[in-house]
Amino acid sequence: MEERNVEELERRFQEKIDNDIRIEPNDWMPDRYRETLIRQISQHAHSEIVGMLPEGNWITRAPNLRRKAVLLAKVQDEAGHGLYLYSATETLGADREETIDDLHSGKAKYSSIFNYPTLTWADMGAIGWLVDGAAIMNQVPLCRCSYGPYARAMVRICKEESFHQRQGFEIMTQLAQGTPQQKEMAQDALNRFWWPALMMFGPSDGDSKHTQQSMRWKIKRHTNDELRQQFVDVTVPQAELIGLTIPDEDLKWNEELGHYDFGPINWDEFWNVVAGNGPCNKDRIDTRRRAKEEGEWVREAANAYAEKRRMKKAS
Amino acid sequence: MNALFEYLLRVGDDSLILGHRLSEWCGHGPILEEDIAMTNIALDLVGQATSILKYAGEVEGKNRSEDDLAFLRFDRDYRNLLLVEQPNGDFGMTMMRQFLFDAYRKPLFEQLTNSSDSQLAAIAEKSLKETKYHLRHSAEWTIRLGDGTEESHQRVQEALDTLWRYTPEMFIDDEIESELRKTGVTFSVEELHASWTKIAKEVFDEATLVIPDNNWEQSGGRKGYHSEHLGYILAELQYMQRAYPGMKW
Amino acid sequence: MAKKEWPLWEVFIRNKQGLSHKHVGSLRAADAEMAVENARDVYTRRSEGVSIWVVESNHIHASHPADADALFEPAHSKVYRHPTFYDVPDGIEHM
Repeated sequence: MEERNVEELERRFQEKIDNDIRIEPNDWMPDRYRETLIRQISQHAHSEIVGMLPEGNWITRAPNLRRKAVLLAKVQDEAGHGLYLYSATETLGADREETIDDLHSGKAKYSSIFNYPTLTWADMGAIGWLVDGAAIMNQVPLCRCSYGPYARAMVRICKEESFHQRQGFEIMTQLAQGTPQQKEMAQDALNRFWWPALMMFGPSDGDSKHTQQSMRWKIKRHTNDELRQQFVDVTVPQAELIGLTIPDEDLKWNEELGHYDFGPINWDEFWNVVAGNGPCNKDRIDTRRRAKEEGEWVREAANAYAEKRRMKKAS
Repeated sequence: MNALFEYLLRVGDDSLILGHRLSEWCGHGPILEEDIAMTNIALDLVGQATSILKYAGEVEGKNRSEDDLAFLRFDRDYRNLLLVEQPNGDFGMTMMRQFLFDAYRKPLFEQLTNSSDSQLAAIAEKSLKETKYHLRHSAEWTIRLGDGTEESHQRVQEALDTLWRYTPEMFIDDEIESELRKTGVTFSVEELHASWTKIAKEVFDEATLVIPDNNWEQSGGRKGYHSEHLGYILAELQYMQRAYPGMKW
Repeated sequence: MAKKEWPLWEVFIRNKQGLSHKHVGSLRAADAEMAVENARDVYTRRSEGVSIWVVESNHIHASHPADADALFEPAHSKVYRHPTFYDVPDGIEHM
């Protein structure tokens, strides 16, 4: 009896999804849908927060006041986006504190790209252009995700992020048109970030364990490989336009398919970086954990003060 | 010496250096919401530095842009208060530094909105709106931490004890001030000091914090004699401009 | 002692005068002042607002999705509440 009931609920749930009716926080949903969403949204939130660090690394060294303000605003946006996304996970019953603890313990993952170091100013350009470019490609379809709060957060995020990629491309363009030293700096950044950017779309469709179910639930709208191909197709002409070379000898236009063919991705590196062996994994998590620990007394003080005031008002 | 130019460097460098310090917090705040709030304040300060130093360059008339002034002066040519270059320390130290500064800047910008120099008055009017919010934010935190837990009280009292010696420098009345006062560009430093004292006392009372009785003052920033900290700030701030001279970014 | 998180607040923003406040998301804050300020910093970075409401999330009472049929379907049949239900002779405008 009980089982049939769940079956019926699941059938009606899938029917709603198939009819593009959004799921809202208090609606019935299968446990696995809830878990999948919590995992995906919190992973996304963690990526925003950890993603503040590689760019934050250059705020105090930005080359002029305009660039400094833009970079500050961009990194701050990432904090905001992390917050919107943590808000979305809280509507699913996931406590933000616990979600963040999972990040710090290594249980939760975040985008592997942020485990690469930012070595020169050109990396600010490469991150904006490639990393935000890849992120937007991933995120735009999520604005139509079946879960209402996630979709709404994504609409807001996509709108705000439209300047992020542009400012990155602007930095790269400026460098590519600058002195030989600057051009070299830009090419070097592209060389280092190109492959990690392609890895951002996640494992190949054959190796992606969540893709099929997520697509049926409309948590995901395109496969990893589809999005990756789209990214390559859009980005290659942009590189050509500013006179930079994509570091891939196998890259060539495939007339028949109407796409660029590109070389094999080093998945061994990808899985190692995900597993914690990237150049900066430990630094990134240590930094986040330290921020939380060092903020503990501040959060407690604010609580204590609010409590005192409530008592005063009540008496 | 061009008094207005000197004066603009003082106001502009205060924003520049404090903005730099606050931006060091970005990504490291005690909670996400506060990280965003501190970055907003840093952004306001960088914006103020930009418009004030731009105007300073025009007043100087030597074809120096705001970036030239921000990134290509030598250590002894910066005119900011010692207070704003002090290290962030913990969140309590940062908020106390911010509060002591905001409580000075709000009445300062209030005065300057009436400046006979219309451009300075316009900059002050825009900055005043921002500063009112900064003051509200830092005053509320000072009170929360002061009257929060035993630990927070102790930490923020220590911050006050440490930073108190840098506060008299905000109210030094020198030849630059008196010259600009003659033409109504700036106003009474004494009144400014009185306004500051009033704000500080009210907040410290509510925060249950005690004003230190050590009245020894540390000053020098306004004349280019800084603490050791400024050199390191500039090493970061100027890195790109020094390492790659004359390039566009 | 268990660490206590700051309470969750729901944020409502009025985009411009003449429009109503609209739910935009949530955040954490220790008290109401902080909630308003955090809302300003988090949700109005691009001049999205002229007024902010914050409500502690646990003060919101919501209808239950399971009751949706009983609550909202009866209204569907009352078509006569809508102007399109009525015939207006040709030649009459603005009614």
